[in-house]
Amino acid sequence: MSDASAVATLSQATHIEHGQASLLRTCVFSTDHKMIGKQFLFLGIVMLILGGLMALMIRWQLAWPETQVPGTRWIPEPFMTDGRMDPAFYNALFTMHATIMVFFAVMPILIGAFGNFLIPLMIGTRDMAFPVLNMLSFWTAVPAAVVMLASFFVPGGAAAAGWTAYPPLSAVPSYSGVDWGQNLWIISLAILGVSSMMGSINYITTIINMRAPGMTLFHLPLVIWFLFVTAILLLLALPVLTSAAVMLLFDRTLGTSFYLPEGGGEPLLWQHLFWFFGHPEVYIVALPALGIAAEILPVFARKPIFGYRFIVYALITASALSFIVWGHHMYVSGMDPRILGKVFMVLTIAISAPFSLIALNLLATLWRGSIKLSAPMLYAIGTLSLFISGGLGGIFLGSPAVDIPLHDTYFVVGHFHLIFAGVTLFAIFAGVSYWFPKMFGRSMNETINKVHAVLTFVTLQAVFFPMHLLGVGGMMRRIYNPLQYDFLQHLQPINVFITWSAIVLGFAQILFVINFFWSLCAGKETERNPWKANTLEWTAPSPPPHGNFDAIPVVCRGPYEYSSPEATQDYLPQDLRFVQTASQA
Amino acid sequence: MIGWFPENISTYGGSIDSLFSLIFYITGGAFILTQGTLLLFLIRYRRRDGRKAAHIHGDRPREAAWTMVPLLIVLVLDFWIDYRGAETWAMVKGQIPRSEIQVRVTAKQFNWEILYPGPDGRLGTADDLQMENELHVPVNKVVRVSLRSKDVIHSFFLPNLRLKQDCLPGREIQAWFEATKPGRYELPCAELCGFGHSGMRGWLIVHPDSEYTRWLSEHWPS
Repeated sequence: MSDASAVATLSQATHIEHGQASLLRTCVFSTDHKMIGKQFLFLGIVMLILGGLMALMIRWQLAWPETQVPGTRWIPEPFMTDGRMDPAFYNALFTMHATIMVFFAVMPILIGAFGNFLIPLMIGTRDMAFPVLNMLSFWTAVPAAVVMLASFFVPGGAAAAGWTAYPPLSAVPSYSGVDWGQNLWIISLAILGVSSMMGSINYITTIINMRAPGMTLFHLPLVIWFLFVTAILLLLALPVLTSAAVMLLFDRTLGTSFYLPEGGGEPLLWQHLFWFFGHPEVYIVALPALGIAAEILPVFARKPIFGYRFIVYALITASALSFIVWGHHMYVSGMDPRILGKVFMVLTIAISAPFSLIALNLLATLWRGSIKLSAPMLYAIGTLSLFISGGLGGIFLGSPAVDIPLHDTYFVVGHFHLIFAGVTLFAIFAGVSYWFPKMFGRSMNETINKVHAVLTFVTLQAVFFPMHLLGVGGMMRRIYNPLQYDFLQHLQPINVFITWSAIVLGFAQILFVINFFWSLCAGKETERNPWKANTLEWTAPSPPPHGNFDAIPVVCRGPYEYSSPEATQDYLPQDLRFVQTASQA
Repeated sequence: MIGWFPENISTYGGSIDSLFSLIFYITGGAFILTQGTLLLFLIRYRRRDGRKAAHIHGDRPREAAWTMVPLLIVLVLDFWIDYRGAETWAMVKGQIPRSEIQVRVTAKQFNWEILYPGPDGRLGTADDLQMENELHVPVNKVVRVSLRSKDVIHSFFLPNLRLKQDCLPGREIQAWFEATKPGRYELPCAELCGFGHSGMRGWLIVHPDSEYTRWLSEHWPS
């Protein structure tokens, strides 16, 4: 405890000094967790828009192959010839789309932005345990993003071996025609690995050491639990990717052959290492999203979360399992199928149990609630619904025999986009609209957000559900032109439908972006606790000043005491000491 | 959904398809139940004046039963899927049955090289014959395919046979199938293998017995 308070005083001291500092210190090289959270949010939004535009180019090519893509005349040869896409550039586009979305859009927002902004505020402390490390974490992520984007402009273009970067294709420049693009891809991810490491150590230390008095582990808001476990997953999984990627860089530049059979290496080694990271990675992005949904549902149902402890135990179980199921990405890879196929099948299918439990508890939270469909609630419900849909698709792929025809098809693409794009995006919208008043002291326009929520939900389903049909029909992922295959001809109308839906989905996002920036400048100013929620961040001013709280709150109860029969008001903030009972009133 | 699969023409494809159907009905049922419940709750428990939400934490055994009983059902269904899945998986990727025909397929950017053993039935002898992108086999015979790659990873994909197997450089991987219907079927590469990945395809030609004998005699005139 003495350590923790020493840290708290130290960070308080940083803040006082901070208060008088220049704009450069408050807005650019800030050590304030809230500013760093916002910086991650803006980085993420910019990258999300770039990644989204790439997705639309990919969709255009798949619906109307080798026709002119609108608005791309400025892209020079050899990438685009007269607005028509080159196959090698197509490969670079989907590689970079995935890399940017996973590492530079979804992770910075869900983990970087929400993690930084929420953890100190929700556990009741003044800042992160290591504010300077926190600043470094962001300013390490920025060069990583710059390097990644710069790789488009080197000779040979950007990495084009898929975001999974399977060697030998990714290991030998002559196989892919990409030279420095792939090197920069590796270097960028290695830099980002350092950034994530600094962030996750900070999150874990802060949550363990700096909780306000009375904030026991089982009084933590669930989103903090989810972020805590996510940080542990990051800490254990990401270094594996970083080291595997550095080995790949050595193969490319120093003449080693970790992954090259002609030098005694083994291409499958990469797949084992990549997916040992890759499966936990799915949870690294899905868990904070679920945590946000779990946080918002009780507030708008005015009801305690159902089965708090069961959710926490299920969360820990699922996360532990995530490290021993990577083989389900490799059923047809050439890995010994006899025993390993079955072992990975049983473990993978078993993951449905903890995740069902989480989904069922979130559903039960709504049961007998008093549900108000505000915009954040609509987004949170969308998150839950998409999580169920996306999760169910995973059962098909987890079963190795069914995976044989479906592996590397659009069934996989549809499945993981329901999670990676659906669940995470909806959670981002939910989180941004819910905490916007706290972040910026203003509120977003509810009506625009509601329209946006419904429109996005419908078009997102229209994009990703039919992809499952394409996959069953046999359409391979990562192909440049489906019309090159006789057996895919009859599926082309579905491709066109998906692309139209994607275009509408893309345009619908303009609503949110406009609402976001307009509300930032001209939104209605809000009070401390506009949603009448219990968690500690709502006891701080909106937006919270440096140091967050007037006085460090003392926690008296769990975070979800809504509609308690003992109290006259329907919510009981975590730090509220004296409850006015019905008899007193 | 099962109707979207390409026509099945292999002996084991039916088992894969029926396993797919089993999972489809289970997950489809779960989908309708959960999403239906979600919708029902949103309507039934929407905010109305004068009604307060229930104060339930869901941690007492009687409350938790609402989630624990469905969880048990999930586990039972999981084991059912596991049990059926293990059977089918063993059939396709387990012990390879005794084969009458053997070929070697070597993948390279961006073609399939197919090596036939000739009349002596052995690869690596003088009567071997190599063809590009054409895999000729007789109907109703077990065919053993040895998969290799010269450069990057490719994936040998026969949608109509429900067969997919990656080809790795530096390894030889065995696969097998038995086609039940004559015809021409596409053989695309399913693993990203470079700028020419899209369009890398060959053909599987399944011959009726008499036609196969004729094809043999055309290529190996004795």
